[in-house]
Amino acid sequence: MNSSPHMLERNFTTDPERVLDLKALRADFPALHQQVRGHPLVYLDNGATSQKPQSVIDTIRHYYERDNSNVHRGVHTLSERATLAYEGVRKKVRNFFNAASIREIIFVRGTTEAINLVAQSYGRPRFSAGDEILITEMEHHSNIVPWQLLCQQTGATLKVVPFNDAGELDVDAYHQLLGPKTRLVAVVHVSNSLGTVNPVAEMIKAAHQFDVPVLVDGAQAVAHRKVDVQALDCDFYTCSAHKLFGPTGTGVLYAKEALLADMEPYQGGGDMISRVSFEKTLYNDLPYKFEAGTPNIAGVIGLGAALDYLDELDMAAIAAHEDELLDYATTQLQSLPGVRLIGTATEKASILSFCIEGVHPHDISTILDGEGIAIRAGHHCTMPVMTHYGLSATARASFALYNNRADVDALIAGIDKVKEIFQS
Amino acid sequence: MNDMRDLYEELILDHNRNPRNYPKKPTDCNCTAHGHNPLCGDEFIVNLTVEDGVIKDIGFEGAGCAISTASASLMTEAIIGMPVEDADKLFSEVRHLLTDDDEDDDGEHADESVLGKLSVLKGVKEYPMRVKCATLAWHTMHAALMGKKDSTTE
Ligand SMILES: Cc1ncc(COP(=O)(O)O)c(C=O)c1O
Repeated sequence: MNSSPHMLERNFTTDPERVLDLKALRADFPALHQQVRGHPLVYLDNGATSQKPQSVIDTIRHYYERDNSNVHRGVHTLSERATLAYEGVRKKVRNFFNAASIREIIFVRGTTEAINLVAQSYGRPRFSAGDEILITEMEHHSNIVPWQLLCQQTGATLKVVPFNDAGELDVDAYHQLLGPKTRLVAVVHVSNSLGTVNPVAEMIKAAHQFDVPVLVDGAQAVAHRKVDVQALDCDFYTCSAHKLFGPTGTGVLYAKEALLADMEPYQGGGDMISRVSFEKTLYNDLPYKFEAGTPNIAGVIGLGAALDYLDELDMAAIAAHEDELLDYATTQLQSLPGVRLIGTATEKASILSFCIEGVHPHDISTILDGEGIAIRAGHHCTMPVMTHYGLSATARASFALYNNRADVDALIAGIDKVKEIFQS
Repeated sequence: MNDMRDLYEELILDHNRNPRNYPKKPTDCNCTAHGHNPLCGDEFIVNLTVEDGVIKDIGFEGAGCAISTASASLMTEAIIGMPVEDADKLFSEVRHLLTDDDEDDDGEHADESVLGKLSVLKGVKEYPMRVKCATLAWHTMHAALMGKKDSTTE
């Protein structure tokens, strides 16, 4: 790790290997260096999407300038380059997640498509009336609606594990709801509106005692925590490249090979077949069976560059840095009168949702934008979470590895401005 | 800071703090619609009493941000007692003020003076993502007059 260009050589207070060289890191992200409404940009909307390092931008550009071609289809040089680059990323993703095989890595459009794929290819042929799908009250709409559609199609029932007012899952209720009727558990790893890190390893273990497979929505986890799918023993894991310093329109479904082998294809088309005739079509091997049509080649290659970028860093150092920042921000926000934190779980990562008394989150966000500060205001695609707290929206600051204390200080000063304007 | 004051003018803050005709549903209300901005969760019900083509009474219920609340409140003050046609014309003036959008525009615009207090909303123009907040109550009012039950800004 000492060889990494982003690690500081020495630090007097912390383990030197666990400190990120923030200045160097920030320089890698061109979008961070701009003025917004006359102020330097303070980007705290990483939960929505992260900024991209120059290396990702350059890689995509290089692909289009030099290697652009379709994959798996040609024997000419450009197609070979594109195919090698695209398939090379599958190996990088395998390493990133410590999956057992590249056959377990399916490229999709994003988390949303990954979950829909599992619902339709795994759930639809298997589930029927009387079966239960177990999710939680803090899921993103993309981990609710695909299951509701599946329930309509199959007659299965959706069951929901509640959370307490701190935003922690009711694990006892989970154990009670889990039973012989449960056919699948789908749970968010890190909540995008509360920041809660759920005890997914424990939940997976419990589900497996009933032979129930578990899907973990890792959209908000992968940029902040090391994820080892074999250690977790999850059956499905999903994420989006764009929240992981990669481009939009690309994501990953990890699934255990034995499950994938038994699943129906999601979409039909080119690439996913091995032989087609009008009488019978043979499907291609894994993972191609699930990748119909021309994929987002540039997107996948860009994701590869993002993983290379992260590979030079230490995920534990990123987590430690972000946790420290979250603590710093939490302490300051808690001390501001009229500010209420939404989501105060003991285990949290990178996300800080809050409300200011008498001020709608959209007004908070507009006033902060006037100071160059980007946060998210709204229901964060988690309407049931808003309902839990009797709110229609929250303001949310979300951190990534390049954020620093100055960003938090700007946020706090911005909140003071909001209060000043609204209390006049 | 100063340009934020252009958006959050005292009049807007005042109508946000103390919305007029709110929460209110006239007893003889005969036109009502529900308006929703799915982007931010603003939600209003606009209730009108229309007699002989004139808006005799109006009130609104629900909750939203300062911009949408103030706009709704100012709207109720502006159109109470107005012929329905004039209320629709005023809506198109407000839209013009906020967007320069020439869709459904007949090209004729009275000068800003017809807007009166409503011209306080002009600061919203600088914030395209917030224009839907400012027009939500107006769309809802329009839907109520057209006999539609629901209106969204999407
Ligand atoms: C927890 C969680 N799940 C799923 C999603 C959906 O991701 P995408 O829109 O990239 O498919 C998001 C993104 O907002 C999220 O935060």
